[in-house]
Amino acid sequence: MRTLNELVQKIRSKNAGPFWLTIDIFCGSETAYRDVAENLRTADVAKALGANSQDLKRFDIPSLNVIKISLPRPTVQGARDDRDMHGASWAALLAELQV
Amino acid sequence: MVRVLIPSGALGLNYDKEALARGIAAKPDIIAIDGGSTDSGPSYLGRGVSKYSRTSTKIEWAGLMEARAKAGVPLVIGTAGTCGADTAVEWMLDITREIAAEQGRPLKVAVLRSSQDPDDIAADFENGRVTPLPAAPQVDMDVIRSCSNIVALAGAEQIAVALDTGADIIIAGRTTDTAIIAALPLLRGCHAGGAWHGAKIGECGALCATNPQSGVIMVEFDESGFVVTPLADGAHATPHTVSAHMLYENSDPFILYEPGGHLDVTGARYEACDGTSVRVSGSEWVPSDRYTVKLEGARPAGFQTVLMVLLRDTHYVANAQSWADDITQKCTAKTCDRLGLSPDDFSIELRLVGQSASFGALEPRSGAPTEIGVIGIVTAATDALSQEIGKLLNPYLLHHPLTVEEEQPTFAFLFSPAEMPRGQIYEFALNHVLELQDPMQAFSLEMVNI
Repeated sequence: MRTLNELVQKIRSKNAGPFWLTIDIFCGSETAYRDVAENLRTADVAKALGANSQDLKRFDIPSLNVIKISLPRPTVQGARDDRDMHGASWAALLAELQV
Repeated sequence: MVRVLIPSGALGLNYDKEALARGIAAKPDIIAIDGGSTDSGPSYLGRGVSKYSRTSTKIEWAGLMEARAKAGVPLVIGTAGTCGADTAVEWMLDITREIAAEQGRPLKVAVLRSSQDPDDIAADFENGRVTPLPAAPQVDMDVIRSCSNIVALAGAEQIAVALDTGADIIIAGRTTDTAIIAALPLLRGCHAGGAWHGAKIGECGALCATNPQSGVIMVEFDESGFVVTPLADGAHATPHTVSAHMLYENSDPFILYEPGGHLDVTGARYEACDGTSVRVSGSEWVPSDRYTVKLEGARPAGFQTVLMVLLRDTHYVANAQSWADDITQKCTAKTCDRLGLSPDDFSIELRLVGQSASFGALEPRSGAPTEIGVIGIVTAATDALSQEIGKLLNPYLLHHPLTVEEEQPTFAFLFSPAEMPRGQIYEFALNHVLELQDPMQAFSLEMVNI
């Protein structure tokens, strides 16, 4: 088992408006992209993010060697229980995910 | 061909002056800059204010007004003052007046306002003209009426009306990030898919290139697509940096919804022109049957007081979660008892920085931190009440022991007073669209000579 971080170039999480979160996994090479696209299970991603699998939108984009995951924000941006105004830290949960 | 000069991703983030001069020398048809977004949270929209310093905004805007005079073309700002509410537009207009007087140059300014009356939007909601987007919060008429600010996002149609006035400067309230860039190319008959795609690529300035913080880029639109060129030394656009920008802060990397339709970049082709510029073609604009504009709203969500304390004693660092849980439970009970409140009337939350502040119970990692910062967050219906409960929490954070047997501990407060009132807090309340019969229906345009 390896962490996703060891396989890819960069993982970035951002808000996509106040109600959505989007996480871009930049694999950095075709080899890494194929490896991640085959082995990263959407159910595991959902579990790490505390979300339901069916709420996740996943885009595997071979032309960019990128896998993009979008999901409704687990807490609305800036709500009382939100901990991360810009959605900046969610990438870390995927970076440390065992693949 | 229409050339749009984009100085940076937002006014207030600064731009490279030499690159801007290079852009002016290349004879743009318009200078367009974004003034905000929702990304800094609901407080700015809730209060109708800018997140950026007035001083920085004025210095950067004065530089752009000089550049505009030199180029003899319109200068447009969208989402003025971070949130684009009418009060933020007024703030931007005041700054513009001051600069015009200092520069000794009379100007014709078109002011496009986007604020909505919450009562009108509540009525539109009841009549079925306000409909939810995916992941929208549940709302009713009372929620809508309780918003302190609601704005509608103008598209290219409203910016086009402002451009048609022949104004030197357009100060627009809330617009989509792309509308201020796409409007002129669309007016002049450039390729619609190219206009919207080029606008999306350009809306964050040089973020679509290497050396992303250099800001300034030129986008040239034509009958089949667009060419993007970063203008700062050492900044290069490549097919990869440009195509990857569609990912940025966008939940779908191929589709972008705008008033009146959507952009589909599934068939887009990206070609390097040289080492610096990229040409894009093949993007498609798909018009919609209905004309809708997105709504953003923020409403008051109580008053907050925060306290901070540092745990450095290894015993307390190791048992911080039990310590925090015990305090929350005891202080909540004491607050109910002494103030005659029910637990639903307020909240006390302790977040442990260094342990689990980012994700709470979802945090999969555990370690042995050197110290833990504890942020106590009190939320209540009034400012006075949040401060009063903050004062009830204060002695717990200072002296609460893990066990009754031990000598009374003391922890490290950073400040005196320890309670820091944050005032009123806000929450985003709308992720909806409003259907319009006419694009200007929800917007107003005023001409101001300064």
